[in-house]
Amino acid sequence: MPRTVVLGIGNIERGDDGAGRRTARLLRHMLLERAEIVELDGEATTILAKLEGADTAYLIDACVSNLPAGTVHRIDAKEGELPQAYSDLSTHGFGLAAAIELGRALGRLPPRTIVYAIEGECFDPGLPLTEAVAAATVAVADRIRQEIEEDEACTKPR
Amino acid sequence: MASKTIKLDYLARVEGEGAFKVVVRDGAVKHAELRIFEPPRFFEAFLRGRSYMEVPDITARICGICPIAYMMGSIHALEKVLGIKIDGQLRELRRLIYCGEWIESHVLHVFMLHAPDFLGYDSVIQMAKDHGDLVKKALEFKKVGNDIMTTIGGREIHPINVRVGGFYRVPTKRELQPLAEKLKGVRDFAIEAIRLVAKFDFPDSERDYEFVALRHPSEYPLNEGRLVSNKGMDIPIEDYDATFEETHVEHSTALHSHIRGRGPYFTGPLARYSLNFDKLTPTAQQVAREVGLGKTCNNPFKSIVVRLVESLYAVEEALRIIAAYEPPEKPFVEGTVRAGSGCHATEAPRGICYHRYTIDDAGLVTFARIIAPTSQNQPTIEKDLTSFVGNWLDLPDKELQYRCEQAIRNYDPCISCSCHFLKLDVDRG
Repeated sequence: MPRTVVLGIGNIERGDDGAGRRTARLLRHMLLERAEIVELDGEATTILAKLEGADTAYLIDACVSNLPAGTVHRIDAKEGELPQAYSDLSTHGFGLAAAIELGRALGRLPPRTIVYAIEGECFDPGLPLTEAVAAATVAVADRIRQEIEEDEACTKPR
Repeated sequence: MASKTIKLDYLARVEGEGAFKVVVRDGAVKHAELRIFEPPRFFEAFLRGRSYMEVPDITARICGICPIAYMMGSIHALEKVLGIKIDGQLRELRRLIYCGEWIESHVLHVFMLHAPDFLGYDSVIQMAKDHGDLVKKALEFKKVGNDIMTTIGGREIHPINVRVGGFYRVPTKRELQPLAEKLKGVRDFAIEAIRLVAKFDFPDSERDYEFVALRHPSEYPLNEGRLVSNKGMDIPIEDYDATFEETHVEHSTALHSHIRGRGPYFTGPLARYSLNFDKLTPTAQQVAREVGLGKTCNNPFKSIVVRLVESLYAVEEALRIIAAYEPPEKPFVEGTVRAGSGCHATEAPRGICYHRYTIDDAGLVTFARIIAPTSQNQPTIEKDLTSFVGNWLDLPDKELQYRCEQAIRNYDPCISCSCHFLKLDVDRG
């Protein structure tokens, strides 16, 4: 049975930085036991450790590339390096993008690694997600559910 | 080159947000500033009105790298108010989880953040392309620290099983056994890593620091001890406020610490090591001697080696604790809720972490004060820059900036903890 992990990354207490974790929580209800769902604060080595042994990984995080809030980027990590916009939000400057690139350098990325980055707008402590980002988390959760269902359909014995 | 300004608007590979500026006039460093502009987080203010039982779980949130330090400082301080004394296996379990945090924090800093400086890489990602095996082993080593945190604390970041009086649940002997196997599995690498890192090229930069650390009569300090220094300080933790002072400087949202009437001091691995060499395990002492570290070390660039010596100590100490472990009858000790004040300091990976609390008759917090190690080291970091940069002024700007960043990373500054990011500014006129 192929192993799928979903990592929601960020800080739920800092506005739109909580986008990844909020999406993970939505998926926990939608997917139940069909994927391992983990919430992380974004430290690269911990992200890398959670990818160990997975066949498919979905990583969800907030990003800032100056596009409108709520814009969703879907990146297949196999297609090349992640843009810098996905590494600026973590402490140490050592977060999601570093985890992916370190995993690539060490040959430790799951065969299928998909990153969903949600464009954030406000990262103030104590504030909730902005409206556009909250809506994007629902859309991303649904897209990941569909992708996982399609993966399952492909791997199901006929 | 008579004068210039070295300015960095964002220092990478440190925890949190800050900047750095060095002003050079007539070939000499006139001024160095570590500018911390991350907004204050007001932890002390929002602890007020909370029950003493909530405090460790709130203070744990100050840092994702060293939550145990923030839990242990508050727990010990509050236990003093409640008349709780922890000994035996509960005390040992606290040392064990702290060993987990030291391993996790030190190995992260040494290999992921600081080693690239010495090996000439911009980041561990480039380093991993040439030194893949080393990085893989380092990741395994760090993971053992995380596993200790998870086994004892319930989860690796912001543990949930640590409380005033002890733990909510203590592990069985059998639950600790896999940890012992993993620790034995990384012990050889812990030694190999010290030998490897000790061969790095270190700038010949030493200063006459006042090192301050805890010292305990029978063990390398983690949770307990007296505050001592190499310049004659030997005080109980209760005298912290009378001995140290915090002042506000315009360029930092974190307060600066000084010894009253004396000035800046140095806390963290180099201080702990230099004041407690005799309390390290025989293997840690022997490997330190073998690689040329004396019983004291005044070169902050060698802190990377000292962190690994301490990591080896943590591995061996954790193995000792697990081998002798018998689950205590009760997971925690009850105290008497009463009004009072208590303070304590423990040795966080980056140095002394001081806490003081006052609670009322109902056990609600009326006053809280937390002083993070990075906050204490800020004036010393600035003095390092002022002293060392003068010798590096012939370097091209890019290299000079890089060397300055490296000097700051010697302290593994955790800016989020101290206030709580870094930008560099060198003004050569």
